[in-house]
Amino acid sequence: MGKIEWAMWANEQALASGLILLTGGIVGVAGQFRDWQFAAYAVAAGVFVCLLEYPRGKRNKGTSVERTGQYCFTVCVKSFGPLTRNYYVRAFIHAGICVPGGFMLATILGCVCLGIASLIYLAAAIRGEHWEPILPRKDSARKPVADSINRPPQNPPPRPPAEMRRKRAEDLEGAAYVNPIPVTANE
Amino acid sequence: MGNWIINHGLTYFILVVWMAINTFLFVWFYFLYDLGDRFIYTRHILGSALSWARAPAAVLNFNCMLILLPVCRNLLSLIRGSFMCCGRTIRKQLDKNISFHKLVAYMIALMTAVHIIAHLVNAERYYNSRHGDYDELSTALSNLGDTANTTYLNPIRSLSTTPILLVFTSIAGLTGVVITLALILMITSSMEVIRRSYFEVFWFTHHLFIVFFAGLVFHGAGRIVRGQTATDPPHDPKHCDDEVDEWGMEENCPIPQFAGGFPQTWMWVIGPMVLYVCERLLRFVRYLQSVQYRKVSIVIRPSKVLELQLMKNGFKMDVGQYVFLNCPSISQLEWHPFTMTSAPEEDFFSVHIRSAGDWTQKLISVVEQLPAGAQGPKMSVDGPFGTASEDVFDYEVAMLVGAGIGVTPFASVLKSIWYKSKESNPKLSTRKIYFYWLCRETHAFEWFADLLQVLEREMEERGMGDFLTYKLFLTGWDQSQATHVMVHADKDTDVITGLKQKTNYGRPNWDKEFEQIADVHEWKVVGTFLCGPAALASVLAKKCVKYTDVDPRKTKFYFNQENF
Repeated sequence: MGKIEWAMWANEQALASGLILLTGGIVGVAGQFRDWQFAAYAVAAGVFVCLLEYPRGKRNKGTSVERTGQYCFTVCVKSFGPLTRNYYVRAFIHAGICVPGGFMLATILGCVCLGIASLIYLAAAIRGEHWEPILPRKDSARKPVADSINRPPQNPPPRPPAEMRRKRAEDLEGAAYVNPIPVTANE
Repeated sequence: MGNWIINHGLTYFILVVWMAINTFLFVWFYFLYDLGDRFIYTRHILGSALSWARAPAAVLNFNCMLILLPVCRNLLSLIRGSFMCCGRTIRKQLDKNISFHKLVAYMIALMTAVHIIAHLVNAERYYNSRHGDYDELSTALSNLGDTANTTYLNPIRSLSTTPILLVFTSIAGLTGVVITLALILMITSSMEVIRRSYFEVFWFTHHLFIVFFAGLVFHGAGRIVRGQTATDPPHDPKHCDDEVDEWGMEENCPIPQFAGGFPQTWMWVIGPMVLYVCERLLRFVRYLQSVQYRKVSIVIRPSKVLELQLMKNGFKMDVGQYVFLNCPSISQLEWHPFTMTSAPEEDFFSVHIRSAGDWTQKLISVVEQLPAGAQGPKMSVDGPFGTASEDVFDYEVAMLVGAGIGVTPFASVLKSIWYKSKESNPKLSTRKIYFYWLCRETHAFEWFADLLQVLEREMEERGMGDFLTYKLFLTGWDQSQATHVMVHADKDTDVITGLKQKTNYGRPNWDKEFEQIADVHEWKVVGTFLCGPAALASVLAKKCVKYTDVDPRKTKFYFNQENF
């Protein structure tokens, strides 16, 4: 089974929290709940978390499965460099984002989930994991097929046994083998 | 269409029944709360959010009852055994237990979302009406309450209680939050990528189901959804709702009384919970039972395949079944599934363990360090558990497809056929077996090639050489191998496996294979058995449907799949 990469679970958890936060926010805003401003915040935070977490990172070992259409998100997230690469940063971002969600019932579930995701990310960071983008591999591994042979063979069959081989006297340089016995042209 | 029904009819029928029950429960409880007279005042405050909270709750009860059943392995084995008489199509449904478990889980997740959203609205509305933001009636209803505080309607009992405070101080709210968190953690950790790659994370997190069910049982105990109770004289909301000030003073409109609904969830889930506890107890009993190693038991082949031959009192297996092994010296908690490679006719059972991960590696190194003649490490066995391959002997023609390590269940099948044909067992209705073995490289499976060689010899000696047709497909091959094969092309046996049957290179052309079988075996029912990856399963399932003909004179293919 190998070493557990906690970041993979953290990623699933954070993405789910983003969706829950977003849903809670939408409910809060649509229902015009008391303190709905927190819900509006949760909508924005939910969208941000989803965008950040949608591109799945590369696994250290084994094949990494991309989420559907994550390529353009990967490029965006990758462009932030160390900010998105480092899981400590992610853990703190999520921990920070989740706090205002705790002030309103509709967003409290998203807040706690994101908090858990942040803890798992922290565990991942402590274990030295970091985010690597999944980029399409360049298909250079395949060996180039040798060029097809388009010249006639220099020494076509049928070939005589080695000791019987002799070059044609008319074209001594053109033959591919060495004469086992010296020959001369018929006189 | 007809051929599709033959293969998938019952599965979809079960799904339709399940969905119909869900729909019925939803609609029934929706209208119970939307039209019921007891809830006129409750609805006045909450609106339709009341029904939208209660209808998913009913569906949740039903699905929480179902979700434990497909994971009771011993129960399923028992059912499978007792359906021996009733045809293989019913038994085949039991192999889809994990798919059903997932489906029920998705329904639980969806209904939980609806239930929570509706209750968010409810909490907000109770809060607002307590603060007098709605009409006079709502405020009056919220202010109701006797001195003992048992006949109130609005669970927010004071002006200082916020929705958050309500949730974290009531049984329903607190358990609700806890079990939802447990559910979310269980779902996120059982995503394909986690389950396949980091099984321990999935496995340990999934045990939050204990928290989930404990919370679920008590979730309704707070009786927070309240309906009107009968008073003498009766308080009829239809007459009294516009004379709030007169309540209690007028003859016909006494002060309305309310009470919470009786908690029902525990009645739904208690049965499956007891069954599951029995299941786990059985597992624990088996953990304690001792297992003996057979004398010559541990054979380490060159490719690091460990063969364990074990014996246990009262152990009775069937072909293609699997067991869970637990080796306390490696880990007390981990149970690993292995397909048995011995036949039921043998007096022991064996498993072949290939070094594939931490656990198997540790086990192999423990065995390697054993002094000669010593017993193996202490081992516990749970099982056997049944899978589709048990039904092989019910089909006149069997088409077995094993991919990679997926040949293991068929080792048992082939061995058993060998024993059965040796004894001329009348129970053996199989007349012909096609066996396809697809793998990337054969060297990990020499032990299996050995078995095939023995079978081949035996069959020929007994003059039933055409009983078993097997085809080997090597999907990963390179030029040097191809050259090697070309050089030895005129030899009698295959260069890789040493078998009479030559290895094919590349993947099989399924259309051709199916056509050939359909041509040879008209009037027959062919059972197709796969143990291999999902992609291959969907291909084969489609081919089975394609080449099945409803016409009784033609061939029918039934698809069976073994899960890993």
